[in-house]
Amino acid sequence: MSGVKTWLAGGVAWLIAIVNFFPIFWMLLASLKTEVEAVQTPPLFIFHPTLANYRDIFALQGYAGYAFNSIAISVLATLLMLLVAVPAAFAMAFYPGRYTRDILLWMLSTKMLPAVGVLVPIYLLSRDLGLLDTRTALVIIDFLSNLPIGVWMLFTFFRETPKDIIEASRIDGANVGQTILYVLLPLVAPGIASTALLSVILCWNEAFWSLNLTAHNAAPLTAFIASFSAPQGLFWARLSAASVLAIAPILAFGWISQRQLVRGLTFGAVK
Amino acid sequence: MQRDGHSAARVRTIPLIAPSVGALLVWMIVPLAMTLWFSFRRYNLLNPMLTGFAGINNYRFLLRDPALPSILVITVVLVLAVMVLTISLGVVLAAIFNTGFPGQGIARVLMISPFFVMPTVSALIWKNLLMHPVNGLFAGVLRSLGFPVIDWFSSFPLISIIIIVTWEWLPFAFLILLTALQSLDEEQLEAARLDGAGTIAVFFFIQVPHMARAISVLVMMETIFLLSIFAEIYVTTAGGPGIATTNLPFLIYQRALLAFNIGGASAAGVIAIILANVLAALLIRTVARRLDV
Amino acid sequence: MTAVAIRGVRKLFGQIEVLHSVDVEIDDGDFVILVGPSGCGKTTLLRMIAGLEDVSHGEILIGGRRVNDIAPKARDVAMVFQNYALYPHMTVRQNMSFALRLARTARVEIDKRVERAAEILGLGQLLDRSPRQLSGGQRQRVAMGRALVRNPQVFLFDEPLSNLDAKLRVQMRAEIKELQQRLKTTTVYVTHDQIEAMTMADKIVIMRNGYVEQTGAPLDLYDHPANQFVAGFLGSPSMNFLDGEIAEGAMIAADGLRWPLPESFAAQPLSGRKVVYGIRPEHITITEAGIPARVQLVEPTGSETQVVLQASGSTLIAASRERIIAQPGTILHIMVDPARAHLFDPESGKRLAA
Repeated sequence: MSGVKTWLAGGVAWLIAIVNFFPIFWMLLASLKTEVEAVQTPPLFIFHPTLANYRDIFALQGYAGYAFNSIAISVLATLLMLLVAVPAAFAMAFYPGRYTRDILLWMLSTKMLPAVGVLVPIYLLSRDLGLLDTRTALVIIDFLSNLPIGVWMLFTFFRETPKDIIEASRIDGANVGQTILYVLLPLVAPGIASTALLSVILCWNEAFWSLNLTAHNAAPLTAFIASFSAPQGLFWARLSAASVLAIAPILAFGWISQRQLVRGLTFGAVK
Repeated sequence: MQRDGHSAARVRTIPLIAPSVGALLVWMIVPLAMTLWFSFRRYNLLNPMLTGFAGINNYRFLLRDPALPSILVITVVLVLAVMVLTISLGVVLAAIFNTGFPGQGIARVLMISPFFVMPTVSALIWKNLLMHPVNGLFAGVLRSLGFPVIDWFSSFPLISIIIIVTWEWLPFAFLILLTALQSLDEEQLEAARLDGAGTIAVFFFIQVPHMARAISVLVMMETIFLLSIFAEIYVTTAGGPGIATTNLPFLIYQRALLAFNIGGASAAGVIAIILANVLAALLIRTVARRLDV
Repeated sequence: MTAVAIRGVRKLFGQIEVLHSVDVEIDDGDFVILVGPSGCGKTTLLRMIAGLEDVSHGEILIGGRRVNDIAPKARDVAMVFQNYALYPHMTVRQNMSFALRLARTARVEIDKRVERAAEILGLGQLLDRSPRQLSGGQRQRVAMGRALVRNPQVFLFDEPLSNLDAKLRVQMRAEIKELQQRLKTTTVYVTHDQIEAMTMADKIVIMRNGYVEQTGAPLDLYDHPANQFVAGFLGSPSMNFLDGEIAEGAMIAADGLRWPLPESFAAQPLSGRKVVYGIRPEHITITEAGIPARVQLVEPTGSETQVVLQASGSTLIAASRERIIAQPGTILHIMVDPARAHLFDPESGKRLAA
């Protein structure tokens, strides 16, 4: 491609990228304003930035508790998912049977069930089991919703490992657990890491169940942020600061793992 | 010679796979069965006296609801509009980003960022900071240019929701399409250029067909996720004004958790499931054929 | 004593039978090579000995013990894989000691065995490298070292040299054979390369389409092939075959020319029988008089000259120690050594016994 065309494409791409990112940037600006500046019209682009909002969040809003819920739910659901998905992906990648393909497609098809279709029973089950507004309920739900994606993603990573190596470890006397632990996991550590990262991202941003099943105790950041929607116009700057904090770690994770994310979200169909 | 009952060579895979399959089976069957069951029951949390078999009354009630057709239309329009916008914009953007301009890496990061913003935050950014009729950025810009201010969520509620959701999902489509495009064999492109294909011809005859598989995956995934759009509506319009932005998820939420009408909500849930599967049934088969397992 | 016995072993993948009742007895300390074209079932058989594939029917014994139901790790076998299958995240030392560590062998003992194997294989300097930093030949040695340290009853090799370049392959061939002769460990080795089989094996098992075609010492098979397949498979360039009919104590080819028979056949009443006549390239000599043959191509390899000829309507190859200079198209005359000629049944392919 000629130089002019490249520059033209680059210019257009940069323009679109900046426009696309602008809402996030604008929120970042708002988080550094005072509440008065944040709602000022016309909108203020130049101001004296302050970190007061970030201080306030920790001091006033019980932000730490929501953040803790988000972290605890994401991490536990992800660990649980890996614990269950790794052996399954191992078995299907290295010892495929007559039904392996069917099982994988069936797992994929469980994602066809829209969450909203089962809202009622999940709500009632949680209520009857005393799990409403508990982290446990969200851990279980996030674990189950991400399990098919996890199995698929791990499956595609595992299949890139030569089967020879797995067989060599069997001949060397390793049982399945030892093979997974000492041979497979070290080899596919990057794949495991990006699967975990994707799971954390999806758990962290999960809003449907968080909004419907939690109140004060177990609410993660998604639900906490939503609670700002009622008294609108009052705490824009503080809300922005809380939002920036809520999305910052996940943005970073997303940037790091963008390529592997594609594989996970497309069930290995696009790499 | 007798065939061996058990074998040393075969790794016993059932115990390894069973936890995943079991968990997902329960996760799928139990709530599904319950939804179906409740949808035929008289069941309201506010009125414990109301019990018994409702037959198809929940469905009849739901289907006779004059709002239902427009709710279904809103649900499908939301899915289709966002899908068409994200994929068509994504295809073009992927082709532009594939040219390898300076700073491509950073621009790509800026492009994909909205996908990682939690839905409630996205909704609030748009609702307060951008689209607010008094203090929002858009209002400020319009006012300073001398135009009348638009009250987005009152005047164009569904379009506003579509804009927000498109902003969230465009990065997803873009990233997947770009990845697909980058896997295009460089030699194939060179061959096409030697054959005299220009940028436009390369785009339509080489790049777009190459993205076909990625597009079909996108259609499937977006169908699933967009049918469950909830947080954005919950935070911004709460389904209104009137029912202008009430989609099936929001209807179910209203029936179940605001009106406590379990039977009615379950009937709507069944319809959502059917809708999802009708929309996705053909698509998943297309994708399944392309998965090399 | 029999180290490995394979009795009536069959293998089915679904409905497809890939091994049909295979019987092989392997003596203690023998170097046995399973050889055959791809798809013949040799690797499957090796993997069944290792315990990586089920035995569908029949039984496999190692050291007199039936191992059908015994897991690979309890069979006391070590295997060298085609692609080496080294653990990429472990150093050479860790690769070699992995099996011993799993078996909870004492540290001192592990170190001793690894050092010794490293010394034998010339890996002493490389013990702390990772496989990534090694050349193909060195990786090959590490794979062998990993087998060696376990001091198993049986070594299994699955086409271990196929990823090496030609020169290294010849060198490793000699090293493996020399090592095996030193250690006297029973070895089962799979290859598709008949030269590897001929040069290394004490005993060759030739397989095709899931059947064992013939078993025996390399030169026995070379000199007395049981059938046309074995005759054609062993030797390079391979044996020449001509169709014809027996008459008057010779074979009459399609064009009516007479090809001499081994003496033992001369007396037999085979007249009128259709046969396939087999003669190895080195048993055809180019002479002043004899069967006329048109030169198609002359290929000097340096040590010998191979001449591709047209005679009696067939393409033949003659190999000679002498340097032959001939233009394509010229007519030469050839003689065959009748004592070295073979006759095969055209239907069954079986060699006709004298």
